[in-house]
Amino acid sequence: MSRFRHTLIGRLARDPLAVMAIVIIAALVVMAVFADLIAPYDYTAMHMTDRFAAPSAEFWLGTDNLGRDTFSRLLQGGRIALTVGLTAVIISGLIGLVLGMIAGFGPRWLDNALLFFFDTLRAYPTIILALALAALMPRGLTTVIVVVVITSFAEYGRVVRTQTLSLKHSEFILAERAMGASFGRIVFHHILPNVLGPFFILAAMNLPVVITIEAGMSFLGVGVPPGTPSWGSTLKDGFDHIRQTPWLILAGGLPLILVTLGFTFLGEALRDQLDPKLRSGR
Amino acid sequence: MIQYTIQRVALALGIVFVAISALYGVMIALPGDPTSVLLGPRATPDMRALFREQMGLDDPLAVQILNFWGRVLSGDLGTDFFRNRPVAVAVMSALPHTVALVFGAIFWSATLGILLGAFSADRRNSLLDRVTGVISVAFIAAPSFVVALYSLLLFSVTLRWFPSIGAGEPGDLLSRIQHLVLPSLAIGLAWVGYVARIVRASMLEAMGESYIRTARAFGLPRRRVVYNYALRVAILPAVQVLGVGIGGMLSSAVFAEIVFSRPGIGTLIYTSVSDRNYPVVMGAMLVAIGFFVTCALIADLINAALDPRHRKTQ
Repeated sequence: MSRFRHTLIGRLARDPLAVMAIVIIAALVVMAVFADLIAPYDYTAMHMTDRFAAPSAEFWLGTDNLGRDTFSRLLQGGRIALTVGLTAVIISGLIGLVLGMIAGFGPRWLDNALLFFFDTLRAYPTIILALALAALMPRGLTTVIVVVVITSFAEYGRVVRTQTLSLKHSEFILAERAMGASFGRIVFHHILPNVLGPFFILAAMNLPVVITIEAGMSFLGVGVPPGTPSWGSTLKDGFDHIRQTPWLILAGGLPLILVTLGFTFLGEALRDQLDPKLRSGR
Repeated sequence: MIQYTIQRVALALGIVFVAISALYGVMIALPGDPTSVLLGPRATPDMRALFREQMGLDDPLAVQILNFWGRVLSGDLGTDFFRNRPVAVAVMSALPHTVALVFGAIFWSATLGILLGAFSADRRNSLLDRVTGVISVAFIAAPSFVVALYSLLLFSVTLRWFPSIGAGEPGDLLSRIQHLVLPSLAIGLAWVGYVARIVRASMLEAMGESYIRTARAFGLPRRRVVYNYALRVAILPAVQVLGVGIGGMLSSAVFAEIVFSRPGIGTLIYTSVSDRNYPVVMGAMLVAIGFFVTCALIADLINAALDPRHRKTQ
């Protein structure tokens, strides 16, 4: 296992896009984790004489409509993005993994029922469903996570199901069965490790999507509570005051673009390394 | 093909039925007085009583859902109690704007995407091919509402090339198109990337096929073989991706409509949600999901009609 990882990292290190992606992600993670230490100001502190300030030595990325330091707020926003992103990806990934394997292993009718269930969930346009559900639920991070999980686990379920089905009929599983291996051994020793490759690629590519949904919901006012410095809220402030300053929008969009670029390039590189067959697909 | 079409249509209808019923059920079954959940806190007691009677809120949930569908099938999407008009009117006046927006986005992604993809495939593994590859991924990764905000800032507020608000003068086609350029580009940009990659991949696959080699061996010009023969095959997968992508485009349309203050389904749902105007939310969701499922179905059927192998894979 350790040798495998070593070679994978070795191969990734030779891909300039992968290196760039890892650097971006690492920088963002460090900034989010140590937000309190890095931030030059308290992210709630208002400098009323410096409202809508342009970037300067004093305020690196300018200030917002209440004179709050944009850089400090974006650092804090990184925390929110990572928390929501990781939590939602882990929960929806696990649900998708379990349901996908049940669909792959279960009887035909159960497989069909689960497929129909997945397809039905995928019929909801994400942000539109988020708007509808958010109106029924209290505003907050939990709601954001629930909405994201509902709209994204079907994707994992489908991928895991397809992978499980193709593995189930492969010769090495038949051989294992013929030798009398238990169901548990087949599932946990053979199917699961082979399903995880595409699963992690999907998770890496899904994380920026989730972070974007959180920012989008906060932009629309159905995400984090008012006053919370989500990247989406910063963009919303910028949009509301677009005639006063361009800097809020410019600075607020930057981390979102970086994070999506970073994870997308990483996902691409992982896919090229782990599963060259998938390349001609989507 | 007929059997396949029937199967697919039945499945699509089933998906719309279950998706909407579930949403309706969730709204009804939520704790609290359904009239206040569905009508919102601003509803008057009269409105509540009328609503309770109209919706048959004392019936079992399953009956209520079936009744809802009965009304929908007879063309009645309910009543917008706030503006005192049928929900169908609100939805139908918003829908054309959103459809125009989504098709504008499809136009961008199809033209730019196919051009970029064919261009890269023609020059495979050159520096230009690599650059286009990176650009495609960057397009895919850029969140559509950030693209919408940046383009609003750059082209409308700073450069003033395009209008920033509304959908244009009714009846004035040029003004409509001017108002459509930026929002549809914001939605379509990601799909430019997707289409470019898929067109490139399938063209490269096609160029390895024997009939392409034969065409070349017969002395047909390379350019013609690449852009006529290989590209034609490569457009199919792009159609499928765009068909499925319409769901994502509808989500992006919500942002584009709000950022550019355009009327449409997204704006309608957004304002109705803020007003807690649930009959309108339900009606708009029904239309949005119906539109998405229909487009995915059409893309699927086009593919199946053009490529019989597709009918078996699923």
